[in-house]
Amino acid sequence: MRALSTHRRHPLAGVLVLLLGLVAVGGLYSALAPRTAQADSAGADAELVAAGRELYLVGCASCHGLNGQGILQSKSGQYGPSLIGVGAAAVDFQVGTGRMPMASNSQQAPRKEPFYDDAETEQLAAFVATEFGPGPAIPGSEYYDIADVSEEEVTRGGEFFLTNCTACHNAVGIGGALGGGRYAPSLEGVEGVHFAEAMITGPQSMPVFSDAVISPEDKRNIYAYLNEVQTQPASGGFALGGVGPVGEGLAGWVAGIGSLVVFAVWIGKHSVRARKP
Amino acid sequence: MSTRIETEGSSTASTKRSYGPLAGPTRWIDDRIGLAGLAKKQMRKVFPEHWSFMLGEIALYSFVVLLLSGVFLSLWFDPSMVEVEYQGAYAPWRGVHMSTAYASSLDLSFEVRGGLLMRQIHHWAATLFLAAMLVHMLRVFFTGAYRKPRETNWLVGLALLQLGIVEGFAGYSLPDDLLSGTGLRIAEGLMRSIPVVGTYISFFVFGGEFPGSDFIPRIYVAHVLLIPGILLGLITFHMLLLVYNKHTQWPGPGRTNDNVVGYPLLPVYMAKAGGFFFVVFGVTALMGALFQINPVWAFGPYDPSKVTAGSQPDWYMGWLDGALRMMPALEFTVFDWTFSLNVFLPGVALMGLLFGVLAAYPFVEQWVTGDKREHHLLQRPRNAPTRTAFGVAGITAYGLLWISGGNDIIATTFGVDFYTITRTLRILIFVAPVLAFIVTKRICIGLQRQSAETVLHGRESGIIMRSPDGAYSERHVPLAPEAAYALTAHDRPDVAALPPATDHNGVAAPHNRVQHARARLSRFWYADDRQKPTADELEQAHAHGHDDEPAPELDSAQEFQGVNELGLPRRH
Ligand code: HEC
Ligand code: HEC
Ligand code: HEM
Repeated sequence: MRALSTHRRHPLAGVLVLLLGLVAVGGLYSALAPRTAQADSAGADAELVAAGRELYLVGCASCHGLNGQGILQSKSGQYGPSLIGVGAAAVDFQVGTGRMPMASNSQQAPRKEPFYDDAETEQLAAFVATEFGPGPAIPGSEYYDIADVSEEEVTRGGEFFLTNCTACHNAVGIGGALGGGRYAPSLEGVEGVHFAEAMITGPQSMPVFSDAVISPEDKRNIYAYLNEVQTQPASGGFALGGVGPVGEGLAGWVAGIGSLVVFAVWIGKHSVRARKP
Repeated sequence: MSTRIETEGSSTASTKRSYGPLAGPTRWIDDRIGLAGLAKKQMRKVFPEHWSFMLGEIALYSFVVLLLSGVFLSLWFDPSMVEVEYQGAYAPWRGVHMSTAYASSLDLSFEVRGGLLMRQIHHWAATLFLAAMLVHMLRVFFTGAYRKPRETNWLVGLALLQLGIVEGFAGYSLPDDLLSGTGLRIAEGLMRSIPVVGTYISFFVFGGEFPGSDFIPRIYVAHVLLIPGILLGLITFHMLLLVYNKHTQWPGPGRTNDNVVGYPLLPVYMAKAGGFFFVVFGVTALMGALFQINPVWAFGPYDPSKVTAGSQPDWYMGWLDGALRMMPALEFTVFDWTFSLNVFLPGVALMGLLFGVLAAYPFVEQWVTGDKREHHLLQRPRNAPTRTAFGVAGITAYGLLWISGGNDIIATTFGVDFYTITRTLRILIFVAPVLAFIVTKRICIGLQRQSAETVLHGRESGIIMRSPDGAYSERHVPLAPEAAYALTAHDRPDVAALPPATDHNGVAAPHNRVQHARARLSRFWYADDRQKPTADELEQAHAHGHDDEPAPELDSAQEFQGVNELGLPRRH
């Protein structure tokens, strides 16, 4: 603080403040500005596509093929499905949640730290959407901007969620097992765009929920509902992993019966001793 | 008259001639009811002591907690299926149409002061109640406490366990949330799987097509009135039988098949039991305050068209759910009837099997061993290897069914494929109990050998001696007589001999086949046991080789402080 106050009158201070302000505003803008829909691939910047091609050839072609036709089986054991017509939304989802590039050839690409930054992701998405045929575009903020969602809309989202999603993702979105080593992941902390993209593209065993099935507005309501549920104060104490009766049974046996048996042994020990003077 | 004065003392306060402020009223009551004479005798009733005898008490006390917390809940819970629009405190469901039952559960959780705490205490108490019953049953089983004359109490206990499970399931169904509805749907499936009459049963129970609007009010009456009433009656009967049969005890010096050594009910046992009640209450209340259980608001109202991943019943139904998950598809149609054996066998038949086997066990054992005597001394599990092995095999199967019931949670938690889990379990359910049986039996027999060794040669002292010519040997400390007694105070069972093939007239004996089977079973039961050492063995052991050893400095007889109930010397 001392340093700050002594340099306050420095001739360059004003310039610095201006610079900082610009950076902040720019950063905020790029974070908050609605992404431009890229449905018409013709409009996508040729530069983006070129940069995307570079990245694609290095990072993705080995599994998805040079022309995105997919490689179903190769000697190295790596393979990937065709990307023809998957669209920018699928790429943004897969790369933005760190699923792609896939690290190991497992049943299902797990969510992990993204490998590419936002700019690179955008380039990849632009490239795939332009070169491999059009598909669903990256959804705009009307799919996930929950700033002014009303209470009724949240409730409506809850009903949609219970009807369409809980069978796989569980009532509070902690996820669940599917056959063959696959699973529906936890929905906690998923970013708004990715949330919408998952519904639009239906990754892996998840069905596609197109806008005709669940309107953009209702997609947003579902997101709002889940956000609300997950930010509810934890009523009733420690949730034991939130896995329901299995966790509760375990706690009942280990903490409950366990501690009571310890007490019983303790009481048993003590009164025997009391008998002896 | 004189009896009255005596009893007065014992029923007002623990000291005799203290005419406290209660003396008047108690005398007034006693003049009219005259229970004091009976009470006085019962107050002196003696109870033996062991921690494992307190497991039944845990069940008893958590039942009391259940009653108390349940009364609280019943003041606010409304078991009605009338549809209302929720306008309560939990925002995500505001405006949703739901049953009054579910709405009042939400109100109980969010608007009634202390309601959520009471709901959680009630549910945790139910969890503990059933778990305590199960461990209590296992203790009774593994120590042979169910043997004559306590078979009746064993059967009463089994009825309590079954009713307890039904009671718990009824409670779990009441809030009419998505999870409880899903559970009910499964129960309905079980009913329907009963060949031919299943559908009629289901329609009868639910008052029409599932779920209907009759069921919640019906099950509410069962949950708050009918079943608790029967439970209360049966628990009373259980306790009366306990007093009548007297409690069993561990063998030890002074404790025989004909006496009971322990503390009088008043004051020692009562003080202890009272204290333990508060411990149980305290643990339940702590769990209710700290750990969330059955967050009904998260699941949403029940709707037959919805389901959530991770739907599970409470733990005591988990094994049945597991059996259902494990069972391969097996369904066929004869004429117009569908036989869903894939539901019937693991659901209905398995439940019947478990409780049938448990109920029959004391009688089967009696028949096989031919042991029709009364037993008031408990057996250490190792001294009944076959029974212990059966018990462990049963626990193994039950545990596997549990795992199967949680297969999805296990799959996601540990990142394994749940088909793999199910396929593995389908094999293990047949193999593992057999392995568990064999291994347990061997371990028991090994322990029997070790006990016999201890009786014959004393305990290993850990002191290694080197003789003048360089040989090493471990010195054994002779067992105090009390300890040796405790280790040998059990019967030496006799293996039934094969009956002669013909009777004394040379004619083929009529009951031969049955008796043969019995004799073979009896051999299977006992033949591998290491019987306790005979007097001869003992004498030989004492005669051999001890006199050339120097007398051990460690005089166990002086250090000996008595034995605990397992017959091990207690040292301080
Ligand atoms: C190691 C092989 C591998 C690499 C490298 C790889 N992928 Fe994939 N990709 C797969 C597999 C396998 C799937 C399908 C399984 C899944 O979705 O989890 C897939 C699925 C996808 C999908 C979803 C397709 C659909 O039908 O929705 C997209 C989009 C995708 N990859 C894009 C990429 C991009 C972009 C890259 C480069 C950054 C990349 N992948 C790198 C193996 C790979
Ligand atoms: C049939 C089961 C199924 C249903 C129904 C389903 N999902 Fe999924 N969902 C999945 C699977 C499987 C994945 C993981 C896909 C992958 O990793 O490639 C997933 C992934 C997601 C993700 C990405 C999470 C992450 O970790 O990035 C979101 C968000 C999502 N689902 C939301 C929904 C919503 C909202 C609904 C209801 C409209 C829904 N899902 C219905 C199976 C399902
Ligand atoms: C409502 C549930 C139950 C309650 C409250 C209860 C309570 C008790 C108590 C307090 C005792 C005496 C202390 C002890 O030995 O632990 C006892 C003894 C006994 N119980 Fe239970 N019990 C219940 C269920 C069961 C079950 C499920 C079984 C077995 C199927 C069972 C079988 C017995 C037997 C045989 C005894 C006599 C034991 C002996 O004398 O050594 N009980 N019970």
